[in-house]
This record gives sequence, C-alpha cells and structure tokens, in this order.
Amino acid sequence: MRKAYGASSRGLKTYRFVRWVDRGEGVVHRETKVIRVKGSRRPPRRDPGPRPLPKAQRPSKPLVPQPFGVYRGAFGRLEATRLLNRAGFGPSPGQAEKLARMGMKRAVLSLTRPRGKAKLIGPAPVDSDGLPLAPADSWGHDHLWWLDRMVRTDQPFGERMAFIFHDWFATSNEGVSQQQQMLDQYATIRSHATGSFDRLLLSLTKDPAMLQWLSGGDSTRFSPNENYAREMMELFSLGADRGAYTEDDIREAARALTGWTYDWDDDQGTINFRFDPELHDTDSKKIFGKRGNWNWTDACRLCYEHPLHASFFVAKLWSCFIPTAPSPSTKAALMKKYLSGGRQIRPVVEAILMHPDFYRGAAMVKPPVVFAAGLMRSLKLTIKTEDWTWLSTSAGQQLFYPPNVSGWDDERWLDTSTTRARWLMVTTALQDRHFDAWDDQKPYPKDEPTRDALNRALATFGWPALRAEHQQELVSLSDRVAGRITDDWQQGPYRALRQNALLQLIAVSPDMQLS
Amino acid sequence: MNQHNCCNNYTRSKLLQGAAAQAGQGLPAIEPGMPLPAGTGLTRRRMLAGAAGLALSVYGASKLPISIFDVGIAEAAQSNRVIVSIFLDGGADALSILAPTGHPRYFDLRPNLAINPAGATPFSEDTSLSWHPAAAGLRTLHSEGKVTVLPAVGYDDPNQSHFTSRHFWEVGALDTGGSTGWMGRYLDLTGSDVNPLQGLSLDGSLSPAMATASKPVAAVEGVTGYDLWSWVDDPVTEELYRSFKRFGSFKSDSDALNQARRAIGSTNSVRESLEGFSEFTAPVAYPDSDLARQLSGLGALLGAGLPLHCVSVSADGGYDTHSDQKDDLARNLQTTCDSILAFQRDLESRGLQDRVLVEMWSEFGRRPEENGSAGTDHGAAGTAFIIGSMAEGRMVGEFPGLTQLDEDDNVRHTSDFRSMYCSLLEQWLGQEAGPIIPGAAKLARPKLVRT
Repeated sequence: MRKAYGASSRGLKTYRFVRWVDRGEGVVHRETKVIRVKGSRRPPRRDPGPRPLPKAQRPSKPLVPQPFGVYRGAFGRLEATRLLNRAGFGPSPGQAEKLARMGMKRAVLSLTRPRGKAKLIGPAPVDSDGLPLAPADSWGHDHLWWLDRMVRTDQPFGERMAFIFHDWFATSNEGVSQQQQMLDQYATIRSHATGSFDRLLLSLTKDPAMLQWLSGGDSTRFSPNENYAREMMELFSLGADRGAYTEDDIREAARALTGWTYDWDDDQGTINFRFDPELHDTDSKKIFGKRGNWNWTDACRLCYEHPLHASFFVAKLWSCFIPTAPSPSTKAALMKKYLSGGRQIRPVVEAILMHPDFYRGAAMVKPPVVFAAGLMRSLKLTIKTEDWTWLSTSAGQQLFYPPNVSGWDDERWLDTSTTRARWLMVTTALQDRHFDAWDDQKPYPKDEPTRDALNRALATFGWPALRAEHQQELVSLSDRVAGRITDDWQQGPYRALRQNALLQLIAVSPDMQLS
Repeated sequence: MNQHNCCNNYTRSKLLQGAAAQAGQGLPAIEPGMPLPAGTGLTRRRMLAGAAGLALSVYGASKLPISIFDVGIAEAAQSNRVIVSIFLDGGADALSILAPTGHPRYFDLRPNLAINPAGATPFSEDTSLSWHPAAAGLRTLHSEGKVTVLPAVGYDDPNQSHFTSRHFWEVGALDTGGSTGWMGRYLDLTGSDVNPLQGLSLDGSLSPAMATASKPVAAVEGVTGYDLWSWVDDPVTEELYRSFKRFGSFKSDSDALNQARRAIGSTNSVRESLEGFSEFTAPVAYPDSDLARQLSGLGALLGAGLPLHCVSVSADGGYDTHSDQKDDLARNLQTTCDSILAFQRDLESRGLQDRVLVEMWSEFGRRPEENGSAGTDHGAAGTAFIIGSMAEGRMVGEFPGLTQLDEDDNVRHTSDFRSMYCSLLEQWLGQEAGPIIPGAAKLARPKLVRT
C-alpha cells in the first residue's frame, strides 16, 4: 500500500492524499490516506489544503460518566495528542502520529512506563546573556530550569506527575529560604511521583522546604503548631468537611508531628534540618479515635490509612486529568485499584489515562506552563531567554511559586491578562521562526497561494488540529491579506507578514489553549 | 525568608483569577471538600468601558452583548452611597490590633507577642484595650468619630479553616454551599442589568462577596501598557486582530472552549480600546503599597463620578501569622491603616466623605495563646471596623475578656458578622436585610451608621 504517488499495480493506481477529517468533536485534523483507484479515474487532489467543515460546532451531548473500563474507540492523532497534552507537555512534531500507531494501551504504557533513565534532548537552556542557568541562585532560573526539563525530556510523564504533585503539595519559594531547597523538594517529588503515595507523603512531611512552608520545623512539644497537621488532612490526604477529622484530630496530630527543627545561619539561611527527640511530644495522643504514643510517621500513616483517604486521593488525581467527575463505579474501581496496589500512584493514573471519559470527555484548558512547554516542544525550541519566567508569571503560573498551599486553580486560567501573556509567549517563541518581510536577501515567495500559506504555517507546528471555524478564519485572513496587495512591491513582503500572522494566530487559537 | 510566618492559604484571591466555568453547569472544586468560593461558575467577560476608561472583567449576565455595559455605565446614575469592603486576608490577630493590655491574662497568654502598653494608646471606648502602634491611622480616624469598632465579631461554632470561615463571611451565611456573595445578593435584588461597575472588585478578579446570580459585576486590573505585540506589521496587523477577534466570537457549548474564546474576545476588546486611562493624580499623599494604589484609584473613579456602588479589595500582606508575627503584623497593619487614612483624606478633599463607608474584616481572629514559633494559630472571634465620616463611631459588642474562652480556647464573639451585614444593608444601603441575609429576622441590628 505504501507506494509512491501514481505507481501502478494490477491496473490500479495508488495515491497518497491528505484530507481533512472531522471526527465529530468539532475538531478538524489532517490525515494522510492511501487509496487505490482505477487509472482512468481522476486522481484526488494531492493536497486539498485546509478545508473547513461546516458542522464542526455541532452541539455535543453532555458526557455521561462511563462505568469503569477501558476506552475502545478510535485512537488516532487527536486522541494521542490529548494523551500527550495531559500526561505530558504536548507532542513534538510527529510524536502524536507515532503514538497513534501504537494503539491506546501501548501508547499509555509507553508514556507511563518508559525504559531507562530520562534524558534531556537537544541543546541546554541558557539565560538572556547566553550563560548557563543558575536555578539555585538566580531568581526565575528555577522556573526556567524545570520548564526546560518539561520541554526537552524524553519521559514527559514523569515530569507531568511531578508537576501535578508540586501543585498538590503546593509549596512556594515565598516561604522557603533557599531556591535549592525547592529544587531538592522537586527531586523528592519527582522520585516518588509515580510510586507509593505513602512514601510521597512521608518524604514531603520531613522535606526542608515543606518544614519551613507549613511551620513543621517550628512545631515543638512545648508549643505544637497546627499548620502542617491541618493542611496534611485538609489538602493533602483527606479533604475538608467530609467528616474525616475534627479540630481535635488536628491538634493531636500537630503534637505527633513535633520534633522537626532546623537552624538559622545568617549567610545560608535555614540549615541543618533534623528530628530532635527532645522537641518531640512523647505523651499519648488520640488521632481519629486511636490512642497511642504517635510520632510523625504515625501521623502520616493514620492519614493515608484513613478510610476516607482513598476516595479523596482518586477523586483529586482524576481531576488532574479529566474535568468531569468519575461515575460511582469508576471511582469505586479506582479506589480498589489504589488500595489493592498498596497505594501505588501509577496504576491509578494508568487506569485514568485508559478510561473512556479521558478520550470522550470535555476539553480542559492547558495550564500556562503546559502551554509554554507545548509551544516550545512543537517548535523544537530550547530556552534562550529569561523572558519565559515573567511571561509564565503573567500567564498565571510560576513554577515553585503556587499562590497558596491549595495550589493553582485549574478552572480559571484564562482572562485578559493571562491571555495576553500567552500571546506574548507565542511572539517570543516565534523570535526565530518568523519571516522578515523586508529582508531583500531572503525575499518571501511572491506567488504563494492562500492554501499553501496556511499549510506552511500549520506544518511549522506539526499540523495541530484546529476547529473548522478557526481554520476557515485563517483561510479568510489569507485571502484578505492577498486582497490588500495592490502594488507589485507588496507581493513578497505582505505574504511574509501574512505567514507571521498565521503562525501567531494558530498558536494563540482557542484550540492550542485546550487539551 | 520572607513570609515564612504564614500557612499560605491567605492569597486565595489568586485562586479566583481568570475566567470561570459556565454558569449553571456545575461548579468546579478547588479542592475536594473545600467550600466553593461564591461566584465560582459565573461567566466572565472582559470589556473596556470607554465611559470609565477601564478594562473590566464583567461577571454574570452572559446573554447581554458586552457593548451594552458601556452604555449602561455611561447612563447609570451615580450611586448615592458606596460601600467598600477591605479584607484582611489570613485571619488578623485582633488581640494585637486592639490589644487587651488591661487584662492580666493577656501577658500570660502572650509572653512574647503582647503589645507593650507603654508605647500604645488606650482605646477610648474601653481603656482595657490599646491600639497597636501600627494602627495609628485607624486610631486617628476613631478619635475623629469615624470608626465603629466590633472588637469581638464572629459566629457560633466557629470554623478554623481559612477557606470555610472566609466563605461564610463572603456569602453572609453559615453555609458551605452558598454560591452568591452577600453584596452580590444585594445587587441581584436592587442592582442594574447593565452597569457592571455597581459591584467592583479592585483585585483584578471577582471577589466572592460580590458574586451575583444574575446582575453584572466587574473586576478591574492594571490598565497601562496593554499591547499585543507580534511580528506582523501594518497593514496586515489589522487582519491579524480581526481574525483574533473572530476566534473569540464563535459559539460553543464546551466550557473550556468558551472560556478560551471569551478570554480571546475580551483580550481583543481591551486591546482595541485601551487608551486614555493614564495616570491620575491623587489629591492627597498615599503610602507606597498595593492597597494604597487601589484605594487612590478608587478615589479617582469616584471623583470622576463613575457609578460604583459596592466595592471590594484585599489589604496588603497576609495576616496568617503562624510565626514571627510581631514584625510582619506591624508592617502589614501599618501599610493597611495608613492607606485607609489616606483614602479617607482623599474622599474628604473631594467632598465624597459622606457617600463612602468602608467595612474592614478578616475571616477570624487568632488564638489568644501564642504558639512557640512567635506566632499565633487560627482562632475564633476577630475584629471588624466600619470606617467613614458616616460611621456611627461607637463600639458594637464589648470585648469579652480572656478569662472565659470558648471550648477551643479562643475568644468568644460578642457580635455576629451577619448582624453587621444586616445593619449595613438597612442603615447604609437602605435595603431590608431579610431577603439577603438568611435568618436576618433573628439577628440583631447594631447601630453602625450615623443618622
């Protein structure tokens, strides 16, 4: 079947052609298809160009949450792209096609169970002066450093899970004395993010950044501080107002958690984090109705062994990937999977990534960092400017600086400030990809037709799927610009500007904001 | 090591940034089990109000074309009275702001954090209390009879979660499920269909207390330097923006897609019209702080005769002082009180002082007994202040003392925040509280406003 255009076989001619396919979800995407026709028939157009489809915005039925199960529908580029957008940071050119060929299950497992150590592909990032990043020392370089890992890693799932738990156990450098402590926390999260939740919670409870952020290192038997105990229950493991714990449980757990301490050094800041038995409250405590001489590991254990922990965990994890709630049967099955696996995270994520709701359900808005990383991945860019830090901050998300301990609000990413920041991210990304309309040495083609202009722009981003009306609008823009050409000197330059406009619009389009 | 003191729930207003999910289609949870901030789920549109020279986010009233609001603002009658809610985010330590230095137990409970009575001015209405030196701005206004103090305001069965307690205050009810704010319900009942400035959040995102069910309300953000720079030049730029605008205009039934499209449409509107609103000059000197900038801007808006009615803003800094309370609290309190004093002077110099009343509140007070980190943990009753030339200027509810604390060893309340709302509605806004505050009939009506 994979014959060159026009090759003959038993009286049939084989043609490869590109077509625009509407999968019925309002998304048009480009597929290459090989067909064979009789020689006498007129071959299809080799490349129809971007073709708008009229029904692209048909109302979709509200999603009925599916019972627990495995998605069995079509797994093409669209589905693979969603998988890469939500379980990673979007496709690099060709990656979605590659994944689509694997089939859904293998595609998921290829992401969640990568072989070997993660590698960073391509040139290392540099700051605006061309110097290596100093993530532990320079403000904003911590953000660039992690963003770069999201862009260049060959194991995006691991980074995405670390990103999810950075948001879950949201710790901000605002309350931590050294950036290095945040980087260390990142390393801790990264190493446990697909493993055991128990170990994740235990290791973060004694993590120096966390001990500062939520006062765990200031809590002693002489005066226990409730801050960490409260958030461990409310935000990390059990959830508020579910009847999981009382104010007394918080107070008693705060006593159990006492003993961690650190020193202050005028040069280095906080140092020497340690458990000091002298500061630990060794009296009996009653947590969740259980009495004992509990210590900090007991306090954690009582939380993750709490009968209401698993339901909290799976619902929160689900919401990181799917915007609508799971059906009761799905939730129950996920809880069972979680508990029977000894509270391992990865099997639950895999079940979510294979669930029908993941592929059939509604779109989500990409977090700003995912948008930025995805943009760079699609253009094969590496970081060459510190602008990415303030751009991301303006877009509402600076890594290592979540707004508070409950993390970022994923429901509310887009407004006029943050959308403008995303626009400027695109402008920044196109720094080396746009055309200079007035460069006589490299004139833009004077005769580029409308269709080719759009195809060229789409190809630059690896053929992202655009909704039909957006694509139609881009065709319209191309025609409108062509219509403005009245003098011969405008032929090339206006077309170059048109290409720049198309690149900008594709990347800022609603489609590119969604996963 | 800045802000190491707090448990960092306090910047929750950040959670509300950005557009929201579609109205009536289910409310997104910030965290499982956490009460949703009122206003979650309201549609949000951005506009530039030409009449106001402001970039606005407009919430609610999604069926109306955005342009109608510009007309609405231009034609709206200037509101006679304005209420400004100033939120001390994080649970401000009432026992430092008005320190019970005349109560011996205070010094037992606060061996390190007690305010030194030697350097503090006694509170004239109850000399067992002393003003924090950093609250000098508030003290000055109180001495002029322009501050009504509620020294122990709270509610029964106090909740010590920032999120939950703040939510109660925002919705004006002890209801974790409430989805409209108390000022929002007031506007729903009495407000305009076309003037989003009637409920204005100055933090750039909708204040939950302002969340309405049907009437439009707005948030303002910085309005300078808004451009959409690209590699496109004229004349193609015009076509670029035209297409961008159209991206924002298509209809869809997908929440996320709508959110993206609305944001794009509004972003372009702001770009189109954002010119003209340049620097204004305040008639009085303000301190250098975010709150001061917001309040001086508010002064300018009111001075320009814009139809504002309910306004909301957060004070500088965080008040969640779990550790190292002394310096942080003093700094934040100083900035906040100085800003409020400047705002009052601004209003007075503009002749607007009888039209504006400030309500300053926090989600709870802090525990009387200090913790070992030179900080205080979450408590129960706190303070609230009604500030302005029309404030009654007489304390509401006495300070309950420190000998009889509640079962969690926290200060008992002697006034209910819902009573405060009832009085503000009836005495200031001229609206019967019954339809707005649940259980209003059984709530007291302390005198907060001069008649």
